[in-house]
Amino acid sequence: MPALIRNNTIVSDEWCFDASDSDGIGRRRAYSLSEWKEDGRPAHAGVQMEPGDDCRELAEALPRLELIAVHFPAFTDGRGFSMARELRDLGYRGELRARGHILPDQMHFLHRCGFDAFQPDDSSRLGASLERLQGFSEHYQAAVDQPLPLFRRRG
Amino acid sequence: MYAYDHYDQQLVDERVAQFRDQTSRYLAGDLTDAEFLPLRLQNGLYVQRLAPMLRIAVPYGLLSAVQVRKLAQITRDYDKGYAHISTRQNIQINWPRLEDVPDILAELASVQMHAIQTSGNCIRNTTTDQFAGVAADEIEDPRPYCEIIRQWSTLHPEFAFLPRKFKIAVCGSHEDRAAIHAHDIGLELHANSAGEMGFRVLVGGGLGRTPVIGSEICQWLERRHLLSYLEAILRVYNKHGRRDNKYKARIKILVKAMGVDAFRRAVETEWASLKDGPTTLTESEMARMATFFTPPPYEQPDAMSDKAAVAAAAAAEPLFANWLRRNTVAHRVDGYRAVTVSLKATGNPPGDVSDSQLDLLADLCEQFSFGELRTTHQQNIVLADVRERDLHALWRSLQAGGLASPNAGYLTDIICCPGGDFCSLANAKSIPVAEAIQERFDDLDYLYDMGPLELNISGCMNACGHHHIGHIGILGVDKKGEEFYQVSLGGSQSKDASIGKILGPSFSRSEMPDVIETILSVYVAERLEDETFLQAFRRIGMQPFKERVYARVDPQ
Repeated sequence: MPALIRNNTIVSDEWCFDASDSDGIGRRRAYSLSEWKEDGRPAHAGVQMEPGDDCRELAEALPRLELIAVHFPAFTDGRGFSMARELRDLGYRGELRARGHILPDQMHFLHRCGFDAFQPDDSSRLGASLERLQGFSEHYQAAVDQPLPLFRRRG
Repeated sequence: MYAYDHYDQQLVDERVAQFRDQTSRYLAGDLTDAEFLPLRLQNGLYVQRLAPMLRIAVPYGLLSAVQVRKLAQITRDYDKGYAHISTRQNIQINWPRLEDVPDILAELASVQMHAIQTSGNCIRNTTTDQFAGVAADEIEDPRPYCEIIRQWSTLHPEFAFLPRKFKIAVCGSHEDRAAIHAHDIGLELHANSAGEMGFRVLVGGGLGRTPVIGSEICQWLERRHLLSYLEAILRVYNKHGRRDNKYKARIKILVKAMGVDAFRRAVETEWASLKDGPTTLTESEMARMATFFTPPPYEQPDAMSDKAAVAAAAAAEPLFANWLRRNTVAHRVDGYRAVTVSLKATGNPPGDVSDSQLDLLADLCEQFSFGELRTTHQQNIVLADVRERDLHALWRSLQAGGLASPNAGYLTDIICCPGGDFCSLANAKSIPVAEAIQERFDDLDYLYDMGPLELNISGCMNACGHHHIGHIGILGVDKKGEEFYQVSLGGSQSKDASIGKILGPSFSRSEMPDVIETILSVYVAERLEDETFLQAFRRIGMQPFKERVYARVDPQ
């Protein structure tokens, strides 16, 4: 059973992302953006976004979507960081999952940008990833985890 | 200068611990080369031709005596006893051992320094005018804004994996000494018609293989919106910049592809959701930052008698007179001058400074310039606040340390990248070309007769030596495994910025001093009274230079 980090714990996955994945029997299937649109934009669904997808396409459905996964085909492709912030700015409150080639060293920034679930391709790194979720104890910038920049909090 | 509080200190300390962890995981095989690469780059660590190179951040070029002594000690303890000033005001050491780098970063953190984001596809060190705060032509001190940008960009969670590197420069004076037209974002402080200070915002400038002068996307931006506007630009770039080809990945390519008007609209759309949010700067934060850059306690010298003493010393010692005239500039406070310490002595690789010279500079800045100095993008050092009556004593000490070359702003004050001697990207060596030119033109009368002249050398198309914006630019190229040099003329880094035009076919290294001499002889023959090289080139164009140079030497 595939696993991921959610709410600071390692849990097994109830979603699958690949139709041919036999392990996916009994698990819910997440759409790609184009599949989701073709299927009439169903509510209460899960959607996996690719870099370059326009997250404003999801805007009206955000209150009802249950999962948005953002795929990182390469850890150096930082578009997913901006997409997460935009989705949170648009008001999405459901599970926002980073999936793909993500490094333990990126966990903290991913979390700051609004991700609350993390699924590295290499599941042997889940432990190392969990350990590095906190990263730094203070931040200069406003982000999803700390909406005020340091200059508004500095005593 | 800015002083860390416990927040800043904790952050750099935690960064050291993080990099120690990353280095040990890499050495243990838990991180692949490809994965460690961007992590080490974001701490300034390159793997070069002969050894790693560590680039240490010098935020907007400002250093205290304590920091300079620490740098001297680091070069002694972990390197070969010298450092190199980069064209973005940072400091590089060329021989550290990978295993030692976490310790070096800890040493730096002990004096409020770091190497965060000095490399990699992220927001780099913000640069500015080396005469900030003292220049007679200053409109507003840019350094508080540089520090505001430094803090905002440091470990910014959204912009650590951009398509490509990203460089910001700020100018607060009439003359642009920060080359803001050649940066991904250039910011120019100026007042609107109501007299309120704000920023002109340029975007998409840059050198490299496609040199572009930045385009204006905002004529006047209110200061409090600075960070939210920068964030909007970065988000547009992060989302839409090309990632399929590293040579097409800089923001300048995106701005060209979209067109500047469409790019501006995209930024404004993005900005609509960020404007007036929590990132909006507060008056108290801007005031707090300004307190770190207040004028030092200047004395009220008897300017008349000081000037008379300096004039008498200059009359008695022509060498001092030369240096005084070329290497010092007017200060906003009467009785003071700003001093450029040239790191361009003949035979010294441009921008290199030894550990003992660093120690000497630390002592001299404590003695004569309120304990601070600046690095410059021309790869020199500035002591910004020297009393006129101290200039002669300072000059004597500099002379004893081999630091008194009276060539600031002249032909031999060459900007030069480390080139093929060190850098694994380079196509050709650059330091030997600089040395050959310095040797050929070591006659000071000739040098001064040529007037202000910027000669910039890059060892490859990455253009770290800023060859495109030199009045004379030299670019190392590789032709079937042999090193050749292409010459361009007419570049400028000032407010009238321009990209140099290529003279013609390239030359071998040994031909270069002759080629430069011929170019200068054309200038001497053609110039009108008081006309600088750049002015003459702009008037007469390329043709006379082309004819003379290629009549003389055989192009390859």
